[in-house]
Amino acid sequence: MASASEHRLRKRLLKWGHFIGLFLAMCVICIPGLWVVLNSFRPTVEIMAKPPVWIPNELNLDHYRAMFGGAGEGGIPVWTYFRNSLIISVTSTLIALLIGMAGGYAFARYKFKGKAMTFVMLMATRAVPGVALSLPVFIIFGRTGLIDTHLGMILVYVALNVPFTIWLIDGFFRQVPKELAEAAEIDGCTRWQAFWKVEFPVARAGIASAGIFAFLTSWNEYALASQLTRSVSSKTMPVGLLDFTSQFTLNWGGMCALAVLMIVPALILTFLVQKHLIAGLTFGGVKG
Amino acid sequence: MAQVHLKNLVKSYGALSVVHGINLDIAEGEFVVLVGPSGCGKSTTLRMVAGLEDISGGEIVIGDRVVNDLPPRERNLAMVFQNYALYPHMTVRENLGFSLKIAKKSQGEIDAAVNEAAEILALTPLLDRKPGALSGGQRQRVAMGRAIVRHPDVFLFDEPLSNLDAKLRTQMRVEIKKLHQKVGSTVIYVTHDQIEAMTLADRIVIMRDGHIVQVGTPLEVFENPVNTFVATFIGSPPMNLLPGVAKDGQIVLADGTAIPLPPGYKLAEGRRIQLGIRADNIMPEGHALPPTAHMAHVDMKVTLSEPLGTETVVYAQLSGTEVQAKMLNPRPVQTGEVLRFAIALDKCHLFDADTGLSLKA
Repeated sequence: MASASEHRLRKRLLKWGHFIGLFLAMCVICIPGLWVVLNSFRPTVEIMAKPPVWIPNELNLDHYRAMFGGAGEGGIPVWTYFRNSLIISVTSTLIALLIGMAGGYAFARYKFKGKAMTFVMLMATRAVPGVALSLPVFIIFGRTGLIDTHLGMILVYVALNVPFTIWLIDGFFRQVPKELAEAAEIDGCTRWQAFWKVEFPVARAGIASAGIFAFLTSWNEYALASQLTRSVSSKTMPVGLLDFTSQFTLNWGGMCALAVLMIVPALILTFLVQKHLIAGLTFGGVKG
Repeated sequence: MAQVHLKNLVKSYGALSVVHGINLDIAEGEFVVLVGPSGCGKSTTLRMVAGLEDISGGEIVIGDRVVNDLPPRERNLAMVFQNYALYPHMTVRENLGFSLKIAKKSQGEIDAAVNEAAEILALTPLLDRKPGALSGGQRQRVAMGRAIVRHPDVFLFDEPLSNLDAKLRTQMRVEIKKLHQKVGSTVIYVTHDQIEAMTLADRIVIMRDGHIVQVGTPLEVFENPVNTFVATFIGSPPMNLLPGVAKDGQIVLADGTAIPLPPGYKLAEGRRIQLGIRADNIMPEGHALPPTAHMAHVDMKVTLSEPLGTETVVYAQLSGTEVQAKMLNPRPVQTGEVLRFAIALDKCHLFDADTGLSLKA
């Protein structure tokens, strides 16, 4: 009897330990985000207060109003940045997905010379930090006139994302038995129809998760964008954050407000495809 | 329905040849089973007929068309795969109707064909489920249903029952046979299970190392195996093979045991042979079939017995070889017991010791 109750106690303790551990981990992840959201609604005085004010006394939309306001009132071209970000992220994601699907499918289904080597090389590019390449890219773009253009940024992000999407999508296509496509071909499909009507829908969850990852990478990327964009015509939102810095001051409230605007679309997108994402990650996770 | 002809069919991957010039004529409505150990080229042959593998040489004729260069979709076949290959994102109804939809048939036609197939295979209550929610046997039936809705010229089965448990396998085997009787199509069926081959086939094609070893009805290959490979592959338990030498109209085994030559064989003195005896033709006395004109008797020491209910398989030593014999109306047998066995000589086979070929005239 004693051992049974002991066992129950241990189980309960473990459960609570689990909860507390998770809570702490979630705090570490969430509090900075919450702080950003909170600060975007608080007056600068309160943000800068020492000791910090944890519970806000006053919440208002001043920072947002200022941000969308005229140039003299601390306004920045939010909508233009948003549009730039959207165009660059969506286009680069679509291209990376198309290439990723073609490449992933090829790696999963076909045998060709130098396959293993090509794959390793593709993955090795992931080991090089993007910023390390910013100078060469800057020089090449400078010569070709791609600096400060949407096209230039799209190219960079496609290059950044393609290895990862190929790797992820390859894993998903490997999980789709090749007999499915064969059965479809016998059922009257061409090779192309067999892909679109059977293999693509079956691997859809994986492709969606690859898409999200590619989108978030482009949407959040700062280091390269800060070097390769110069003007309002191509600056993305992360780079736009710098508009709130001036020689002697930092407009924390404004920065937080813009950061919130950046987080919202990414958050919405993630929630929309959350189901696919989780299914996709565990599904693809089997493959090493 | 159509005839199928394979003429000198060859498949090689680079220097490695896996199918070496197969010739086979399959009649309209015939149920042909390709059987052999794994790696014998039977699945590759089937996949070449389906158009899923390129043909390295020779010709495949379905109906009156040479289909060598036609893609699978233009060959009008249906195939049932070992792992079923059901489309997981479609319901059973969509799976069944997929080929008709691709062929741009009207919705009315599709529904009629799907309902008919579902009726035949008792799938009607499952039509709106996805494959993930079906049991193994049900998935197997959907795979067959997907094949029959198209009314193909030829059905191809690639080890369709090997993923099922023993009981379900027997049940599905019967269903496949019934289905063939109902639909009457030409069937090419690949399996490594000789029982499936025996029970289903009109004709069995036994393959080994990319060659056809023997073609014949199940009884033909059982009663007249062309060599020791077929003799041991077909039939369960496998045929016992005892090495010996012909001497004075007798076969002398390694330990000196002499057994009279089976009727109908004439052997040169001193020829080295293998004597083939099926377990059904060597039985302990008193537990055997009624004696026939040509009988021989040997004493053997029992090493193991496997009671199966109506009969017991007795393992015993003869001339250094383990022999399996059947005991009808069984009684308990002790290991180490010496029993007298009767051999039905007219049912025995002789094979050349070197080539393994049957010596039957």
